[in-house]
Amino acid sequence: MSIFKKSKKNDTRNGQVYYRPMRDITLLRLFILPTIILLIVINVFPLFWSLFLSFSRYSAKMPNIWGTNPRMIGTINYSRILTDPDMWIRFITTAKYVVLSVGGEMILGFGLALLIFRSDFKAKGLITTLLVLPMTMSPVIVGLMWQLFYDPNWGTFNYLLGLGRIDWVSDPARNLYSIVIVDIWMWTPFVMLLSIAGLSAIPKYLYEAAEIDRASWWLKFRKITLPMVYPLLLVALIFRTIEAFKIFDLPMGIVGRGAVAPRLLSLHLYNVSFVTWKTSYGSALGYIMLIIIIATTSIFIKYLNKAKQ
Amino acid sequence: MASVRLASLTKIFGQVTAIDNIDLEIDDREFFVLLGPTGAGKTTTLRLVAGLEKPDQGEVYLDNVSVNDVSPALRDVAFVFQYYTLYPHYTVRQNLEFPLKPKFRRLSKSEIDAKVSEVAKILHIESLLERETVNLSGGEMQRVAIGRAIVRTPKVFLMDEPLSNLDAKLREEMRRELTRLHLDLGFTFFYVTHDQIEAMTMGDRIAVLNQGKILQIGTPDKIYNSPENVFVAKFVGSPTINLLEASIETNTLVVGKKTLVCTISETQRNSLKKYSKRELILGIRPEDIEVSREKKKADSFKCTVYFTQSMGVEDILNLRIDDIVLRAVVPPKLLTGIGDTVYASINMKRSHLFDPKTNKRL
Repeated sequence: MSIFKKSKKNDTRNGQVYYRPMRDITLLRLFILPTIILLIVINVFPLFWSLFLSFSRYSAKMPNIWGTNPRMIGTINYSRILTDPDMWIRFITTAKYVVLSVGGEMILGFGLALLIFRSDFKAKGLITTLLVLPMTMSPVIVGLMWQLFYDPNWGTFNYLLGLGRIDWVSDPARNLYSIVIVDIWMWTPFVMLLSIAGLSAIPKYLYEAAEIDRASWWLKFRKITLPMVYPLLLVALIFRTIEAFKIFDLPMGIVGRGAVAPRLLSLHLYNVSFVTWKTSYGSALGYIMLIIIIATTSIFIKYLNKAKQ
Repeated sequence: MASVRLASLTKIFGQVTAIDNIDLEIDDREFFVLLGPTGAGKTTTLRLVAGLEKPDQGEVYLDNVSVNDVSPALRDVAFVFQYYTLYPHYTVRQNLEFPLKPKFRRLSKSEIDAKVSEVAKILHIESLLERETVNLSGGEMQRVAIGRAIVRTPKVFLMDEPLSNLDAKLREEMRRELTRLHLDLGFTFFYVTHDQIEAMTMGDRIAVLNQGKILQIGTPDKIYNSPENVFVAKFVGSPTINLLEASIETNTLVVGKKTLVCTISETQRNSLKKYSKRELILGIRPEDIEVSREKKKADSFKCTVYFTQSMGVEDILNLRIDDIVLRAVVPPKLLTGIGDTVYASINMKRSHLFDPKTNKRL
């Protein structure tokens, strides 16, 4: 609140105009307003608009004629998605991708964190920084880069591992795993960083007490390390699951969206929305994906809240 | 149970000598207290005994066997830390079971249960057994931490200021509890504290440590009534001892410009012969100053009450004579107000004299 006297009009004293200072709350609202407007325009409105579209028949490429494009058709989009046998393959492929990549990242990331945190060598800081580098790159660039690594004719991946001419990119039986490998390569450092943060927060005297109690390393790991890092691991898990579920840039960069591409939901969503321009069908698929993500993460968050107590 | 011996133990951290050539012997079943101010090296000493630090010099003996190369796990000592080192997310029972779990102990489930409930009974924490440790109060947590230490009957019980994080009331209760535990269990206790009250009330013997050096070892009575040097005299005792600069002139001890003149006895006079005309430090415990409203003795001196601090059972008077302030402990009946004139006399039989150059007792 202003410390000045409230007056309706500007005060005129000795010919000088005194402006009534703006109240703090008005100023506050003024500062928030641009953000709120921006949020409504680019977030809230599209959210509801696409929800509306998902219950209609609409293509963004056609001229807007109310009653024809969009035309309300109820839940037909949803039922078509849920009864499409191909769609179930896509759900399973996506789930496989999430489990493999996130699982690999969690195990490798936590393992690396333990290794780096426990050991003491000179270049520790440098090594940690180098390990974090993949995470700092743009995913599209990473995808294109790995496409080159994976090339069966002259790529370095096969050459370094001595694998011969294995086609990692255009073989539909294999290219899902190629993307999983890149995802793990790129995001393991993220889990590692969070784990190191968690490990550093464990007080040293807990280990000393356990040492005096003659606890084995396994007992120390299970009873001290794991429960103390658990909440941060859960945070990493939540972030990585959401990201892996909606992964688009990596598969797009490595394999592209063509016929040989792995049947991931996000690639399919792109194809229906922006290649065949079935906007309303894409909106419905987007909503289904949103519901799945919210449901999974809310389970994790429930565990997180429990761990925090 | 075991005895502990430290032989010319030294520990250096970079530029700082934390422990400087310490020799110490703790008897079997003794309650031994290491007393000293912050940064004296008390915790380091304890960590050396536990094996959590390696000494730069000297040996640690448990039961006359050198354990320098023995890992903390195999030394069979228990350690109670200053912080409550309880394993989070586990119940009190699980915490107490923890030291019994390692496989080499070969304890069956029922044996573990029996031990846990026995310890819980000793520490009065039976009702807490199924509670999670995060929901416990400070006193309860420290009790559980102590329980985790005693559950496996170690050779030596090492305690690093276990009561410093508790409030005053609880600390007093835990002091009694620990003394009782020591009597009941008959363990060897090696207890570290900066609190002289803890040391005085619980210890069989006390070692006073400062800047990595042991200044005096002795019973609480010895430490209090005949401190070996100025530091010990100052550090032990509350309210703090009065230390005054004095000099001997014929049969009297003179403080300041004849502010105080105290007669010294025949025996004291003889032992102090070679110190005549030299500066001395006179130490008088506050309870050795007798205060009265009327002049009762010939050597009483007149002083004014500067301020008083009431402690309930007794009052601490801060008396002013010229530029000297003396602390005296008097019964509360005296009821003196600020600015009152009273008469005080020093009980010279119980005075302590120190050499200002060496700070040692004369």
